[in-house]
Amino acid sequence: MEARTVRDDPDAGADVDGEDTKTRDPDRDRGWSSRSRHVVLPRVALGVVLLVLASLPLFLAPYPIGLAGRMLAFALLVISVDLLTGVTGMPTLGQVAYFGTGAYTAGLVGIHITDNGFVQVAAGVGAAAVLALFTGAIAVRTSGIVFLMVTLAIGELVHQVADSLSVVGASNGLAGIPAVTLVPGGEPLLLAGYVYWWVLGVFLVGLLVAYLVLKSPLGRSMRGVRDGEQRLHAIGQHTYPVKLAAYVVAGGIAGAAGTAWVAQTRFFSPGDLGFDVAAFALLSVVLGGAGTLWGPAIGAAVVVLVRDWLSAYVDGKGALMLGVLFVVAVYTLPRGIAGARWRRRSATGRDTA
Amino acid sequence: MLSWLDANALTMINGVALAAVLFLIAVGLSLIFGTMNVLNLAHGAVSLTGAYIGVALLDGSATMPNFIVAVLAAAAVGLVIGGVLAVMTSSVKDHLRQALLTLGVALIAGDVLREIFGADVESVPAPAGLDGAVSILGRQYPLYRLSIIAVSAVIAILLYLVLERTRVGAMVRATVADRAMVEAIGIRTNLVLGGVFGVGAALASIGGLLAAPILGAQPGLDDTVLLLGLVVVVVGGLGSLKGALVGALLVGQLQTLGVAMLSEYASFLLFGAMALVLLTRPRGLLPAKTGAH
Repeated sequence: MEARTVRDDPDAGADVDGEDTKTRDPDRDRGWSSRSRHVVLPRVALGVVLLVLASLPLFLAPYPIGLAGRMLAFALLVISVDLLTGVTGMPTLGQVAYFGTGAYTAGLVGIHITDNGFVQVAAGVGAAAVLALFTGAIAVRTSGIVFLMVTLAIGELVHQVADSLSVVGASNGLAGIPAVTLVPGGEPLLLAGYVYWWVLGVFLVGLLVAYLVLKSPLGRSMRGVRDGEQRLHAIGQHTYPVKLAAYVVAGGIAGAAGTAWVAQTRFFSPGDLGFDVAAFALLSVVLGGAGTLWGPAIGAAVVVLVRDWLSAYVDGKGALMLGVLFVVAVYTLPRGIAGARWRRRSATGRDTA
Repeated sequence: MLSWLDANALTMINGVALAAVLFLIAVGLSLIFGTMNVLNLAHGAVSLTGAYIGVALLDGSATMPNFIVAVLAAAAVGLVIGGVLAVMTSSVKDHLRQALLTLGVALIAGDVLREIFGADVESVPAPAGLDGAVSILGRQYPLYRLSIIAVSAVIAILLYLVLERTRVGAMVRATVADRAMVEAIGIRTNLVLGGVFGVGAALASIGGLLAAPILGAQPGLDDTVLLLGLVVVVVGGLGSLKGALVGALLVGQLQTLGVAMLSEYASFLLFGAMALVLLTRPRGLLPAKTGAH
């Protein structure tokens, strides 16, 4: 019954599953004096975070609002990386491929067909998921470092395609993407605050999908692959469909992240899906705490904040500060930001409790 | 066939010269993974440090003794950086956290190097006596590239002999195979593994310096070198000396001959070939049997 309360809890529940709960609860209870606080506090925290996120446009100037929108889009990409890396135990550098596919598809739909945001997101997610289905069918046959390098190859190959394909602007990037509209014939979202709310909406829907997948039987099987693929084989479950399904879902979410990014920036270039973006997305997962949803999202926000915002105040030293952050985090946060308060599984899924 | 060879021979020799440099850089990456089980993403930065040591010590022209001093300095600096990285990574067992740590170090190193040497492309001269050209098949070819191939071949043979035929090599192999047992017979395995990390980094640093007269030295080169090195070791087989050699030769030819012949698909060749190899032979072309060979 302890498991029940935790699993109903919308915030902390994202990283907790039935099987883990028993081993983890003794640690958690140290910090929480009663069960009611245990359930209510994370809900209140989630409500406050949502309220703050939704009200940002009321306080912030257009530039920081644009930055916040990019943070949300990048965070959604990082969540898709985490679904594979943290939840399924398949470290990936390839989600930029589907991020880029979503972004370019939404941009092309916006330029040539319709500026309706919903159509663009649907097209972007669909294209990304289809590409993920075909590339994933091959990639998920491998595992571990080989999977990492195969996904690196996928990411780099899509990067090269984007760099040479004239229909998406090749190395100059895709420019002239119109602002999205919400209803046919409606006003385009030109104000920074409205665009931000649109991005926030896409982010929240993507997060909800990731959360529902984690709660579903598929999510349970994904954790099974991470914690002991051989054991699943032993009880007669095929893991290939599980891994492929996880890969397609993650690809679709990365595509949604791409559509959100391009709605914010209205420009997309091959540099936006380069190796450094792939590496930062993977490292955001490690920094935040692989396997949870909120940890990597915070990790992503921190990375974008340090690289794009803080660096403006310290004379372009973004890379240096990011490097220092990574090194310090390895020693001070052995289980990532999400593991800072209570102990949880390490990134490889080894039970450290 | 003969005319094709005649037309492409120099391109192929270029490929072997590139392979020679790639081997020096990648073999360290591979040995460190094979022995320490550490994926060192700072390897490209170590290599770039070697190149910048050349920039700092060899201003404009280089006599042979000067160049040798620079190579020794690069080796020493690489050894020290490798030792520091070995200590830093010794408590971090998880590959993803190692990636976070070593990429963090690489970002810091890249920024410090940019701060010292600026963002422009710096060149390093080839040593006097080797900066000329020789005639191959009636064409002029830079002597320096041929010497790189020779130096790299000598280092490869030395590495092989040390690992396979000496007591030190036996210690390294034994440490990889059964660390606790080696510790039990009174050998400090930390020193053995730290030494391998140091030598691997020193080779990367030397490789960076030797490549500098051809590739130059500039910010961003560390990422390129790291990616190429990763492709080399993964294609060849992680932890394998012979694998690194085969991988380097393959990538060297892909990047020169392949690009010359299939220029339309040039940018897809490298990663396309890597994906193909990994999907048919997931452990690489010549996987290591126990780790360090």
